[in-house]
Amino acid sequence: MRLWKKFKNSYALYSFLRDPVAMGSFIILSVLALSAFGAPIIAPHNPYDTTTINIMDAELPPVWQEDADPSFLLGTDAQGRDMLSTMLYGMRVSLVIGIGATMLQAIIGIILGLISGYRGGKIDSFLMRMADVQLSFSTLMVAIFLSAIFQALFGVAAFERLAIPFLVLVIGIAEWPQYARTVRASVLAEKKKEYVEAARVIGLPSRRIMWRHILPNTLSPILVLSTVQVAHAILSEAALSFLGLGMPITKPSLGSLINSGFDYIFSGSWWITLFPGFLLVLLILVINLLGDFVQDVLNPKLYKG
Amino acid sequence: MAQHPLLQVQDLVVKFRLRFGDLTALNGINFTLAPGERMGLVGESGAGKSVAGFSIINLISKPGFIASGRVLFEGEEISSYPLEHMRDIRGNRISMIFQDPMMTLNPVLTIGTQMVETILAHSKVSTAHAREIALEKLAKVYISSPGKRLGQYPHELSGGMRQRVVIAISLLTNPSLIIADEPTTALDVTIQAEVMALLLELCKNERMGLILITHDLGVVSQVTEKIAVMYAGRIVEQGPTKNIITSPKHPYTQGLIKALPQAENTGRRLYQIPGMMPNLTSIPPGCAFHPRCDQAMPMCRDHTPVLCTLEPGLTQVACHLYGTSKEKA
Amino acid sequence: MTTMNKLLVRLHNVVKHFDISGGFLDRISFTQGRPCLRSTTVKAINSVSLDIFQGEILSIVGESGCGKSTLGRTILGLYPPTSGEIYFQDTRVDNLSSDAWLPFRRQMQMVFQDPYASLNPRMTVRQILEEPVRFHFPELKTPEVRDKVSEVMLQVGVDPAWAGRFPHEFSGGQRQRISIARALMVDPMFIVADEPISALDVSIQAQILNLIMDCQERFGLTYMFITHDLSVVEHISTRVAVMYLGTLCELANKEQLYQEPLHPYSRALLSAIPKLGITNFDHIRLKGEVPTPINLPSGCVFHTRCPYTNKRCQQEMPTLLTASNGTMVACHGVEEGRI
Repeated sequence: MRLWKKFKNSYALYSFLRDPVAMGSFIILSVLALSAFGAPIIAPHNPYDTTTINIMDAELPPVWQEDADPSFLLGTDAQGRDMLSTMLYGMRVSLVIGIGATMLQAIIGIILGLISGYRGGKIDSFLMRMADVQLSFSTLMVAIFLSAIFQALFGVAAFERLAIPFLVLVIGIAEWPQYARTVRASVLAEKKKEYVEAARVIGLPSRRIMWRHILPNTLSPILVLSTVQVAHAILSEAALSFLGLGMPITKPSLGSLINSGFDYIFSGSWWITLFPGFLLVLLILVINLLGDFVQDVLNPKLYKG
Repeated sequence: MAQHPLLQVQDLVVKFRLRFGDLTALNGINFTLAPGERMGLVGESGAGKSVAGFSIINLISKPGFIASGRVLFEGEEISSYPLEHMRDIRGNRISMIFQDPMMTLNPVLTIGTQMVETILAHSKVSTAHAREIALEKLAKVYISSPGKRLGQYPHELSGGMRQRVVIAISLLTNPSLIIADEPTTALDVTIQAEVMALLLELCKNERMGLILITHDLGVVSQVTEKIAVMYAGRIVEQGPTKNIITSPKHPYTQGLIKALPQAENTGRRLYQIPGMMPNLTSIPPGCAFHPRCDQAMPMCRDHTPVLCTLEPGLTQVACHLYGTSKEKA
Repeated sequence: MTTMNKLLVRLHNVVKHFDISGGFLDRISFTQGRPCLRSTTVKAINSVSLDIFQGEILSIVGESGCGKSTLGRTILGLYPPTSGEIYFQDTRVDNLSSDAWLPFRRQMQMVFQDPYASLNPRMTVRQILEEPVRFHFPELKTPEVRDKVSEVMLQVGVDPAWAGRFPHEFSGGQRQRISIARALMVDPMFIVADEPISALDVSIQAQILNLIMDCQERFGLTYMFITHDLSVVEHISTRVAVMYLGTLCELANKEQLYQEPLHPYSRALLSAIPKLGITNFDHIRLKGEVPTPINLPSGCVFHTRCPYTNKRCQQEMPTLLTASNGTMVACHGVEEGRI
């Protein structure tokens, strides 16, 4: 009850209600997320169920065009799957991978950044050089390399089954240095503050100081970074899928949908590529706009001036 | 032309527009400064003393605005001047010195560049001449080897030296009024004494007016001729420095002076004013000081006292203890 | 001075240098065309010996950068000393492991300068105050810990009903009370107070000073009071140590120091105190600037600014000697009777 009251009077809510861009983004994102995760209930067709797919329905245009079938609102793709349903399911895959990869990045990055910043010295140098090395490989390169190895070792069938956890792992490992650096920077700033010295005067062990005292105070930059990183991870996944290294076409994400429609764009079936592309742009845009808003609220000093 | 006072502040009200309504930061400030007079604006944080300083040169930043009242500088009403016109006065005829010298100094330019630019912005002289002026002013604030300093960057100077450079910059345009906002708070005791002595000497020699905004009664008593004590956005007492220090009238001023550790009360408990300065959002009705005042009367709760002269030319005080006329709350 | 008998803390030739050379690449420099590794050290404390007696308030005064805060933190083991020994009640504590330190953590606590930075903004006041008790007295049960929190909060003058609030909901003065309460939670004997009132308003300063003195009376505390405010020092302390550039210049009873400062630096410092009702400046002007603690002057560290410097001062480091009035002072001039 008290928490709710606090939230109601908070600066965050106040500025949120006065920021139409943030509100709009939040509403759009909620609608997108709800429909993505509620896809099995909302979607008119189930694109994973091969028995309901009829190849005769392939490449039907959206309803407002000629030759359309009213049961396929946004048309169908080359395999005859309903575009709308496939996009909803695909967005679910994209979001799961984006959020999962970001969580993995956060876990690795926060732990290493915390140790690096608090301990300093040789450990710090070692971890930060490791981060530099990691950052000098692009995400795509790491993914291409790893997926090639994976497919060679376990075969394409296994890859198709394990594509989601694999992509989470690849994108998570490729981008942890972002978190490690951010956390390290704020740990270095927090470490100098007197409350940390006070905890040391009490005699608390370093691990407790790191987790109980310093970590909670680095949460705002982590939160800001997370919004950016989710968007980034979704984009990375889309790029990988577009290159054919990500989600297989049987279980498409937005990226693989864009890719699969690409072959048909010159034969006139523009909707197979354009609709998922538009959805991807919208999704990334609203996440980034919300990220900007979070940044403004948490660091009010940053963008004023 | 009749001799105008250097500065007249009349019923100045400054408000801040916030989400739950307007916040009154200054509530009807009145004071007059004669040419060459030095005044101290004393109060604790939140009393509105810095806002008063900023509003004189119309430098109140965004949510704040001057709601009513006038500021007259040498007889001109500058509170209603447009921004461009204000720039001629600000930094030219009125200079400001801040607590942090780095607020005035640009870290990526040499001292010389900054000083020459300031001169060129306000008067039409050659660059060489401007350099000469800069050298002369640096010598005036007792900076050793001023020629060398012109080529240095602010970070190469010590804190006391920086503040002296800032004072030199404020002198460049021969202002007739200097507003110094806590100029020595960030400095060490020995350097503070030097900087204050310097300011005092310059004001005396150049007949400059000085408004010294500070919380340090000791510094104020050394430098100024009169004092205005502020509490919760109002002046509660003002008058000649000597009178205020030796026989303060307002219970708040009395408390402030008694609360200072001095040679006479060594080792004993200090007098403490109970409680703390109210937040500007919740200023008590009537006399704002009444919840902390040990001599509060029932009428203090309902009626706001106004500043009244006890004896002509001496202390003015806003307190019901002295039977001053009252204003309806 | 009946209380000043038992030795509580003893410092013997404590030195603290900080290496700020940075990484390997930062250290490479060229002298006469040859690369070599250069190391830069800040000499924060240079051989300070000091005794602190039970029940006294020893003030450490000096200007910023003189090493007074570093000294306090070194005593508490926040920085390990470069050399020298620190004793607490006859036990050497400077070389202890962090586990062996624990019993002494209960005895020695600290109050910090900035009430806005010294309380963890993400913890409630109750969490902040309970943490040291629960850590040092794990055998206590929750109701006992709660009682202790309320008791100490009452003692420092903060309403225990507010224990569930976060630090940002309190004013500066109240936060400083909470900071003092945190130090008191483990019933310490010795508190290092690092500029505890300099971030506060005048009327609040008096409240906190009174609280610090009350606590001393009530709990028989010993303080090391670090400050630059000389009028506060005069008010509160038993003895005063004056520091300049990491070196102890003068160590005297308060009355003696304020009546008759011996060291030229103490004299300059005391003459600069702004006093009520004095309308002119007659402070002793020191020439030049404080040298950096990276390149300390040879001999007496004060000789570059001292009006009485002679050749000996430039070459020989003065030692702390007892002067005729019982004051300890490190000055060749005083020793030779020149000053």
